[in-house]
Order: sequence, then C-alpha cells, then structure tokens
Amino acid sequence: MLGLVGRRLVYLVPVVLAVTALTFLIANLLPGDLAIAMLGDQATPENVAALHKKLGLDLPLWQQYLHWLWAVLHGDFGTSHRTGETVLHAIAGRLPVSLELLVIAELGGILIGVPLAILCAARPGSAFDRIVSGVAFGSLSVPPFMLAILLIFVFALRLGVLPATSYVPLSQDVLGNLRGMALPGATLALLEWPTIMRVLRSDMISTLQEDYIAMARAKGLSARRILLVHALKPSSLTLVTVIGLNIGRLIGGAVIVESIFALPGVGRLLVESIYLRDFIILQGGVLLVAIGFVLVNFLVDLLYAVLDPRIRHGRA
Amino acid sequence: MSGTPLLEIEDLTVDLPTDRGPLRAVSGVSLSLAPSRSLGIVGESGSGKTMLSRAVLRLLPAGARLGGTARFEGRDLFRLSPRALRRLRGRELAVVFQDPMTSLNPVLTIGGQIAEALREHLGLAPRAAMARAVALLAEVGIPEPERRARQYPHQLSGGMRQRVAIAIALSCEPRLLIADEPTTALDVTVQAQILDLLARERQMRQMAMILITHDLGIVAGRTDEVAVMYAGRIVEQAPTRALFKHMRSPYAEALLAAIPRLHAPPHTRLAAIAGSPPDPTRPAPGCPFSPRCRYARERCRSEAPALSAENGGHQYACWFPLPDRAAAEA
Repeated sequence: MLGLVGRRLVYLVPVVLAVTALTFLIANLLPGDLAIAMLGDQATPENVAALHKKLGLDLPLWQQYLHWLWAVLHGDFGTSHRTGETVLHAIAGRLPVSLELLVIAELGGILIGVPLAILCAARPGSAFDRIVSGVAFGSLSVPPFMLAILLIFVFALRLGVLPATSYVPLSQDVLGNLRGMALPGATLALLEWPTIMRVLRSDMISTLQEDYIAMARAKGLSARRILLVHALKPSSLTLVTVIGLNIGRLIGGAVIVESIFALPGVGRLLVESIYLRDFIILQGGVLLVAIGFVLVNFLVDLLYAVLDPRIRHGRA
Repeated sequence: MSGTPLLEIEDLTVDLPTDRGPLRAVSGVSLSLAPSRSLGIVGESGSGKTMLSRAVLRLLPAGARLGGTARFEGRDLFRLSPRALRRLRGRELAVVFQDPMTSLNPVLTIGGQIAEALREHLGLAPRAAMARAVALLAEVGIPEPERRARQYPHQLSGGMRQRVAIAIALSCEPRLLIADEPTTALDVTVQAQILDLLARERQMRQMAMILITHDLGIVAGRTDEVAVMYAGRIVEQAPTRALFKHMRSPYAEALLAAIPRLHAPPHTRLAAIAGSPPDPTRPAPGCPFSPRCRYARERCRSEAPALSAENGGHQYACWFPLPDRAAAEA
C-alpha cells in the first residue's frame, strides 16, 4: 500500500510540471497584455514598460516560469497583480462553491444512475430497460447550456419555485444555499447519470452471465441479494473510474453551468482571469486542478483495491 | 428401489433458442432416483447431460423451453413459485459446478460464501453461520480452516476451491447433490481425492447424488446406477455393475473404449469415436448414433429405437444390441 502511495506521488511531479508549463506557454501566446489591462488603453509606452519591469514581465518566458515555480515550492502561489488578492485566498473563496456543486452533481448522478442500472441489468431488453436506455441516450446528446436554460425556464420562470441566479454562501443560510444550488446541481446531475447508468448496466449484464451468479442462484439466494451483493461489487470498477474522471473534471469547476447560474466558482474565476490576463490566478487554478485530478485518480486506484481483493493482493 | 422416488423425471425435453431455430438439447428423458442413491450420467460434450441437470435446478439460459415433468419428493419442479424454488435450491437440492475457478465469487470471502447459504436457509446468526462454515471447511479437508475462511477464492488452488464449492453444496444438508463434471477442470492427481470426498460425504449424509461426467471410468464403482446419454437421449441405463458386466449399446461400448488405458504399451493410438455428434438443430430420422456406429444397418438409419422395457433394471435403445459376451463364451 505504501508503495502505491509513493508511486502516485512520484507520478504527480511530472504531471504538475507539464500542465503548469503548458498553461504558462499558452497563456502568454494569447494576444493582450496585463499592463495594458491594468493601466487602460490610454497608458503611455513608458508606463507600460515600467509596469512590465516591476511585474517581471520583461523577462524571457522560461525565467518567468522558473520564478513562479520557485515561489510555489516555497509556498508562495503569488498575488494577483490586478486585485492584490493572493491566489490562495482567491481560490479558497471560490473552491467551496465548486466543491458543493461537484458533490451535488455526483451524488445526484449516482442516486439516479446506479438504481436504474441495476434494474435495467436485472431484465435486459425489457420495456423498462429500453425506455431507460433510450432516455439516457437522449440525455447524453443534450448540451449542458440547453438543459440549464430549460430548467430555468420551467422551474424559475414558469413555476417560480426555485431561483435561477441567487448564490448564498452555505455558512450564511443553508436552505437558501441549497435552493440556489438546486438548479445548477440538477443540471449537472442530469448530465452525469446517463454515463453512470450505461457503464454500470453493461458491466452488470456481463457479470450476471458469470458462473458464480448461477452458483448464487443455485444456493437459493434472493434476486435482491444476487444483484446487490454478488453482482454489483465485481461490476463497479469501470463505474468508479468514470465517476473519478467526472470528479476530476468538475474540480476545475463547471465553467458553463457556473456562468449561466452566476455561481462564484473556480470555473468562472479561471475564465475571468483569462479575460483579464490575470495569469497568476490562472496558474494557481490550473495547479489546483492538476493536483486534484491526480489525487482523485489515486483514490480511484485505492478503491479498486477495496472492491477487488485480487488487486489488493497484486494478482490481477 | 422402494418407496417414492426422490427425483422423478418424465419425458423431459429442453429446447434452447439459437440463431438457426430451437435446438433440442434434451429429448424425452425419463429418470428416477430413490433417496440416498447415486446415479451417474455419462455422455460426451453436447449430449445434453448438463442441460438435463440445469433443467432440474431450473437454471437454464433465458429463452429455454421445458417440456415433460420433473418431480422432487412429489413436488413439480417446473410449477414451483419463485419463492418455493428458492427454498428448495441450496436447501434440499444442491449443485457443484464444473469449474471452481469461475464458480466462486472473486470478491467475497470463502467463509462468507458458505455462511450466506446457512443464513438464508437455516436462519443462523452471522457468528454461528461463520462457525459452521469453518467446521464445513475442515470437514471437506481444508487445512487451517479459520484462516482460509477469511481468504478470497484467488488465494486457493483449484482443488481447494472445488472443496469449498462442495462445502457450500453440503452446508444445508441437501437431500440431492448434483455434481456437474466436478473434476473435469482439475489436475488428475486431485480428481480422485475430490471424487472420494464426494462419495464419503454421500455415504455419511445418506444423500442422493447425480454425478455427471464424460468419463465412464469415473462412475465405475462410484455410483449405484448409470445412464448413458447421446444426442439428448438416454441410450442405455442400468445398475452400474450390470452395465459394466454387459454393455448392450454400441455407444456405451465406444465410450468405454475411448478411456486411455494405463497399462497399454507406450505410443498406443488413443481410441476415439469417429465422426462427431449429430447437429441437434437438424434432427435426422433413425438412430442418432447410426452415422458413427460400426454395427449400424439399414433399419438403424431409418427408424429410431426407443428405450427397451425394463429388464432387471437394464434398459437400452438399440435395434441390434451387443451380444452377451459372457454368455457367448460359456
């Protein structure tokens, strides 16, 4: 187990280096200039040059990157040149919103997708299975913004039961927060469940063909126990991988959904920092996403070992 | 054979759906097994012996169609409610499958897989069920049963896993055990041990057993009766001793000849039955074995023989049964 942790940590280093270096490069290829963004388009060339020197923007790109890296290794993630806010502070303020959205989206997706997958796999080809699979396939082809607008139209405009854009921090008002998170959370959950359902359904159908399932039937076990105890666990490896990838993706925030519902999450922070050429914030955010991704995949690997004893004993 | 039979199968047919239409896997089989007796069912692959056992357990693939009747202690197996069927399976009617590498759940512990049947059928508490599971492991000859009970199937050898499967089958003291090629997937050295274990447990528990195999040598001396199957039918059935003393059907004789002999000189050609079993989706008139039978005559190709009337318990389906060699020599 310690070996696994060690291997994963070693794996983290090149991933983080590659991702941050690439972001640095791409961000600097963008037209536009932080100094002009800060000083306005009336700024004199002298003022711009002076600000460049002050911010270190006159140095070659690789030196800028190394400076940033060196500071990060000393725990200094930098300060936004535009707002004077530290990167850590800016992200810490936005992260809870994205994490809450992530939890709601994944829990919702699992709560809808897993039971439906089990019921469909129990009777593949039945009317229920065909209807659910059809709806799932249809949902997969709906773009997120359309689903979001549809939900706003129905629940905020027509029925008026939920707010479309009102974010209240969780610490201030739990109920208000949940009401505000309901529609964006539902949008993401409705996008998550079809993948979860399809992956688990097909794995379960093939597991149910196994000899050990016939054996479980021959033992006289109930259909419920066969599905939930004998078939679900060995069928959930792909499911765990898919959920892990989804979580990794959502750590960086759901850009489109956060924008539509005006949620102050990490996704919107990163998009704004690109618009405003606030690359220090962007770098910090990208670093966070990269680390999050690697950590989630690490947890997925650990979960494999929990689910399958053959992996635990290094035999599969 | 006295009293009511434990298992009584009458005119059983099993049709399996295939792309080329239904396939008759079992065709008009009748069998009867008295309590605590043992029956060997012998035949090559595709003879329908496994489908016969699966039909009795109601474990057929989806879409399979059953005909005829099968009664277990007078209860019609094909008309049982799902609930009654569940109470029968594992409790009174248990099975050991062919391949212990795939018949145990890889993600559940050995002990848990034995204990769950005990909890389901006997209502034992978790702790009591686990203690029984450990005792069963010891009984089927697994060393260090406490430790093994906490392990997973992949940590055990094939022979050990089959012992575990036997422990599961025996756990609720079934009245009938169906062993479907229980040693085919195992090393030769382990085969005899597993067969002896099954025979010992059967004796001790006064349990009836159906032993399914492709190897006539396995049933010799281990079962009370033998039924030889070919192309979904029983072609010869007799008390084991009577069958080996005097085989009447050419198919049973050919099966026996196909067993490699230990004392044959090295490099002796292995005897095989020429040709292959008939295509069950396209039944032909006549005896199904006639294309491969060295004694076949005109009548064999045009008319299928029925199973003969019982004659001292010995039945066969053949127009020209083999002569009694012992009588001929006398």
